[in-house]
Amino acid sequence: MIEIVKNTKIKFLSARKFAYIFSICLVSLGLFAIYRISAGKANMGLDFTGGISLQIKFSEHVTTDKIRAVMDKLGYNASLQKVGVETENIYLIRAMLKDSSTAGSEEITKALKKELNDENLEILEENVIGPVVSAQLKQKALYAVFFAAIGILVYIWIRFQFKFAVAATIATIHDVLTILGIMVLLGKEVDILMITALMTIAGYSLTDMVVVFDRIRENMRNILKEPFESIINRSINEVLGRTINTSLTTILVSVSLYLFGGDVLHNFALAITLGIIVGTYSSWFVASAIIFDWDNYEKKRKLAAGANVR
Amino acid sequence: MRNRVQIVVFITLALFIFSVWQLWPPFDVKDSTGNVIQKGKIKLGLDLQGGMYLKMEVDAKSLPPNVKLEEAVSRALEILRNRIDALGVAEPIIQREGDRFIVVQLPGIKDTERALNVIGKTAMLEFKLVDENTKISDITDNEGNTIASKMPEDVYVLKNKEGERMVLSKKQTVTGADLVDAKVQIGDYGAPIVWFKLSPEGGRKFAEITGDNVGRRLAIILDDTIYSAPVIKTRISGGEGIIEGNFTIDEAKDLALVLRAGALPAPVNIINKNVIGPSLGADSISKGKKAIIIGALLAVLYMAFYYRVSGLIADFALIFNLLFVLGIMCALNATLTLPGIAGLTLTLGMAVDANVLIFERIREELRTGKTIRAAIDAGYNRAIWTIIDSHVTSLITAAILFQFGTGPVRGFAVTLFWGLVVSLYTAFFITQAVFEMRKQYTSLSI
Repeated sequence: MIEIVKNTKIKFLSARKFAYIFSICLVSLGLFAIYRISAGKANMGLDFTGGISLQIKFSEHVTTDKIRAVMDKLGYNASLQKVGVETENIYLIRAMLKDSSTAGSEEITKALKKELNDENLEILEENVIGPVVSAQLKQKALYAVFFAAIGILVYIWIRFQFKFAVAATIATIHDVLTILGIMVLLGKEVDILMITALMTIAGYSLTDMVVVFDRIRENMRNILKEPFESIINRSINEVLGRTINTSLTTILVSVSLYLFGGDVLHNFALAITLGIIVGTYSSWFVASAIIFDWDNYEKKRKLAAGANVR
Repeated sequence: MRNRVQIVVFITLALFIFSVWQLWPPFDVKDSTGNVIQKGKIKLGLDLQGGMYLKMEVDAKSLPPNVKLEEAVSRALEILRNRIDALGVAEPIIQREGDRFIVVQLPGIKDTERALNVIGKTAMLEFKLVDENTKISDITDNEGNTIASKMPEDVYVLKNKEGERMVLSKKQTVTGADLVDAKVQIGDYGAPIVWFKLSPEGGRKFAEITGDNVGRRLAIILDDTIYSAPVIKTRISGGEGIIEGNFTIDEAKDLALVLRAGALPAPVNIINKNVIGPSLGADSISKGKKAIIIGALLAVLYMAFYYRVSGLIADFALIFNLLFVLGIMCALNATLTLPGIAGLTLTLGMAVDANVLIFERIREELRTGKTIRAAIDAGYNRAIWTIIDSHVTSLITAAILFQFGTGPVRGFAVTLFWGLVVSLYTAFFITQAVFEMRKQYTSLSI
């Protein structure tokens, strides 16, 4: 029998002061990201901003300046980015639409073919999103996040006591905000796929908490003599092997997505990988700590109330 | 219990055969020259096979007042279907979305420019008499804009292809609705022209109008652009005519095509266009395959290394998992997208979780000194609710992503959802059945 962890007795709750401070930093990062998104300062994806995105493979070497000159002449303030291998002349061209029509991309490809003398350039991908669609996508993304939150909350509140449900909710929000914060800080694009990753992280980090909570609940029933603190610590330790193994295997697959899945899945896989790590951290140090401190607070109040009566 | 094992083996075998039958061959089978001899069973999304996605909005403001939006959108759908059929695209998807949106997906299309021309054109054909009594200079200002106060009530102004303006009588004559056929012909000077034939009713109207207006000019208008305005030399009976306009042969062909398919009841605006080139799609498939194979391999090796024989049982279940999910997706005709591949890969991690929970629990029970039989029973009984709880939260996420997601994200939701469902099945039935048989062992490799 191979065991990563054997009869551990780590006192997770003792570290909760540090964990709180660390987590407040992480959450602030996420709140800052939300501020940047709402102020329009974050790197938002085409899905939400609308506009033109063209990924073009030129047949010969071409400089950014030349492409920019063509775009300027057409009146687009374009952002250019070379993508892929150095020897391939692949560029990602991004620009806002001039008006609400989506005809702009044809104009651009025509001009590029003519001005750069490259009739055989290959359009790898062309994406044009008008304002109506970007508004719809924004609304759908908000709805999705909202309903997912409601759905998960309802389930957690049915299955667990109030305290556990609240702690799980806070920890999940903590995880999602942390990842959003890191991604925005790294300048990664916030698009539909990123929102999808965040929702997946929410589902996943709850999985981790559910496992720990289930064990706490079971131990509370079976071991009556121990103080709550040691029951929580014992429970986390008991499921430690499972948490580490599952997180490891899931990280193995998400890292392989990150390394081999191609550009489209890059940010998605990065978010998921970090999400698993943060989710594991929060199930150990945040969710249970909240339950413990809440319980403590209640007990103290009861004691104080009792003392007053006497 | 023996009975139960038999049932599980039977169901699993049936599912296995069903999945393979649904799935084989998963991808297109090509002969040495690259022609597809047998189509692959996995339905690939546009992001994987290349193609064009269009979302269009029916311009509700341009609808005639007596036409309801609902009818107009249905009619537009029908006409678009006719036009796309005529283009010869394999397996197009043409769907209505919301009250006034139409989504068109054309997998594998190469000539997107042509497709756009055919799909986006309103193809409203009209014939209007040119009003020679009103001079264009009298009713326009220096900048060429019409002055409303000077406009006679029964005329309006349109441009021809060269941008020249003409004054036309508003009087309704024959329209494209009266047209029954259109073909490309080669005109007198070797240039392609479009020949059309009107219905008997339309032909009578046309004869009447031309008969009454010999010597005047009749403008042939397509989508508010004057293509030509020949002088009527004689009464035209027989209901045939031609449209000239310096067409290339392809332009003429496409014009004939859209005229045959009919005009859209209102203009459509393309509000979202996504074209994925075939090479990018192929690249995504090969990368996705690589990622999922390496990811699965790592997970399988880890499990076998850590849990030994039990790990191998879980690995066996994992491979079934992958097969079942793909089989179910083929049976439901669900689309596999690149995020879908990511979802498939991730569910492998989650499927492992169910088994890890059970194994860890069995190990714990063994440590307390229980017999193998008792430990396996207790492990399954205690882990069951944890596994259900932990799967349900992700299932909720997947269901909501499916509801609100579009295209690629939907693909992710589908694989995530079925991956989780199948993972519940494999953990509770397949691996349990195997453990049921291992109960009589004297030592357990776990």
